[in-house]
Amino acid sequence: MRFLKDIWAIVQKDIVSELRTREIFSSMFIFALLVIIIFIFAIDLSEVRGIDVAPGILWVAFIFSGTIGLNRSFLFEKENNCLEGLLLSPMDRSAIYFGKMLGNLIFMIVMEAFTLPIFIIFFNVSISGRILPLILIIFLSTLGFVLLGTLLSSMSASVKTRDIMLPVLLYPLIVPVIIAAVKSTGVLLEGKSLEGVMHWLKLIIVFDIIFLAVSFMTFDYIVEE
Amino acid sequence: MKGGWHGQTCLSVQEGEEKYFQVKERMDNTRADDYIIEVSGVTKSFGNIEALRGIDLRIKKGEFLTIFGPNGAGKTTLINILSNLMKPSSGTVSIGGINLNDGGDAVRRDIGVISHNTYLYNNLTPYENIRFYGKIYGVDNLEERVHNVIEQVGLKGRMYDQVGTFSRGMQQRLSLARALIHNPSVIFLDEPYTGLDQHAAHLLKVLLNRFHTDENRTTVMTTHNIERGLEMCDQVAIQVRGKILYKETLSKIDRDNFEEIYFAVCKANNQ
Amino acid sequence: MNLSETGKEGVSRFLGWLTFVMVLVALIFIFLYAPTEKEEGVVQRIMYFHIPSAWLAFFAFFVVFITSILFLLNKDRKWDIIAHSSAEIGVIFCSLTLITGPIWGKSIWGAWWVWDARLTLTLILWLIYVAYLMLRTHTNEGSQRARYAAVLGIVGFFGVILNHFSVLWWRTFHPKPKMLDMKGIGSGLDPSMIVTLMVSLTAFTLLYFLLMGQRILLEKMRDEVEEIKKRL
Repeated sequence: MRFLKDIWAIVQKDIVSELRTREIFSSMFIFALLVIIIFIFAIDLSEVRGIDVAPGILWVAFIFSGTIGLNRSFLFEKENNCLEGLLLSPMDRSAIYFGKMLGNLIFMIVMEAFTLPIFIIFFNVSISGRILPLILIIFLSTLGFVLLGTLLSSMSASVKTRDIMLPVLLYPLIVPVIIAAVKSTGVLLEGKSLEGVMHWLKLIIVFDIIFLAVSFMTFDYIVEE
Repeated sequence: MKGGWHGQTCLSVQEGEEKYFQVKERMDNTRADDYIIEVSGVTKSFGNIEALRGIDLRIKKGEFLTIFGPNGAGKTTLINILSNLMKPSSGTVSIGGINLNDGGDAVRRDIGVISHNTYLYNNLTPYENIRFYGKIYGVDNLEERVHNVIEQVGLKGRMYDQVGTFSRGMQQRLSLARALIHNPSVIFLDEPYTGLDQHAAHLLKVLLNRFHTDENRTTVMTTHNIERGLEMCDQVAIQVRGKILYKETLSKIDRDNFEEIYFAVCKANNQ
Repeated sequence: MNLSETGKEGVSRFLGWLTFVMVLVALIFIFLYAPTEKEEGVVQRIMYFHIPSAWLAFFAFFVVFITSILFLLNKDRKWDIIAHSSAEIGVIFCSLTLITGPIWGKSIWGAWWVWDARLTLTLILWLIYVAYLMLRTHTNEGSQRARYAAVLGIVGFFGVILNHFSVLWWRTFHPKPKMLDMKGIGSGLDPSMIVTLMVSLTAFTLLYFLLMGQRILLEKMRDEVEEIKKRL
């Protein structure tokens, strides 16, 4: 009970701060939009079938702008050494991880909710009838990205070269989620049902569970000497 | 249990938190001549580098101990271990009879730490900052308490402005409110005067004086500033190279000679 | 110098000579004993370098995983040194794998690189542990560096496992070009080829332990220098 209250206090604090500055959301959303537009210029849609490249572009946009959000979010804990302030409090160390993770998840999902409609319009794809499975895939993949991303950003935030360190650490490890998410989004956009890609869905779920457990067990060692 | 603690707002005792209950009860029942902080054989090292080389300290309830020492003596490491930010490599620390290795979470609720870091979120207002910390410390009557401590540090008028727009001195005053929101019975200060402006330094002095003389809270401060360090303490210690080499009751030594003792101890160990 | 140190020195010298001899023997086996593959020709001999280095890369990264856990459990600098050394050597062997593979691939597949599951996994492996070494160089010296590296050593291991499945399915669920068929490397080998491979594997494994010993020694010396510097 106490644990949930502490997590919620952190999430609430991050949301209040974000609502005031809109720093994270605006940079994430604009960046996602730019990635999509750059890809549209880089790939001539009159020669390539939009549906062949669209899922990949969507996920590149999500992952790139998600990285920006992750970097930002832990930076706030580093100015004035706030993270140490949290560690001084009686809350369990892993509550800090889950609080930051949930905040990141919320910011990313809001960004995705704004980006997805624009993506659908630009690539002229249809998701009617597949909305729920698509939301499921996006949610589970984003969860995996944020679970691992929050853990790694808690380390990269105290490194001199933090802006480059997070992608360097995160991207090779996130490959399974990217492949699975792109494959299953592609299947859904082509109007097929999820049944053919159940193994990808299972892979994402296994990824989420493994990194939830690993993060839970290792976060203490990152923040406590 | 409620209300009996320093005669001020009491912390809430949550369900199932017997450990905390135990700590608090022990702290309340600690007699004046019992040791509230006991440090024995604490070392902190990594590889060949030793920050602390066997610290033994016993501090009675209500005492004010100042630990002097040059830079690199491991004073910050000691405070970090006392406040449960770091685990010692060997040895034990207990506060209020609870070993920090087993009951760290519960003990932290009764510790206040003031350092040169403000621990404040620049995007939030003083009200939101202090309220957030109050929440994670599980403070009762939160609203009232938040208003109360912000008023104590003289920032009532700026309660709803963003902390990022404040001057350094104001942020430091607010950080005092942050450290005291949960009404800790043990206070650790790590070089608290570093970078404080006149107003904040005066406020810190007034607050510390009140804790010490009126409220009988236990205080440990580290500093390399001899004048500041001697102002309020009743115990002095000198730490050099990860060891406490000198500890004495202030009344037993000549204040004016202390500087000489300090340099003699530092010098003897540097050879 | 006490007895145990003299003993250690003796062991490391013996290991050095043993490795030297084994590498010579392996070279003789590879170039003189093993027959030339009738379809692939002489380039097939690179497999005697390629397969052992790939195997050792995986082994080295597994050592990183185990020692990372041990480090977090007892915070002994010893485990940190072993993990660091093993990661460096693993990256070297992994690079060797990535260099020798395309040389073989160019003449057999007709392309330097194909996105085959095994190649892809090796590349990702390389990226993960290069990131591990980068994190080490960019983090402040001391306990923080060791803790961060250990966490990444553990996370990286699980990342490799998940990556294994994902790239396997990524390619397997696609129509597979004939040239990607990796059969013919392990199966249907002449017994003399298998013997040669085993000899080469032994030589490489000895080389790994020799390099580890030297690397660990170097790191310990560095620690001592740091300590002496601090004292001055």
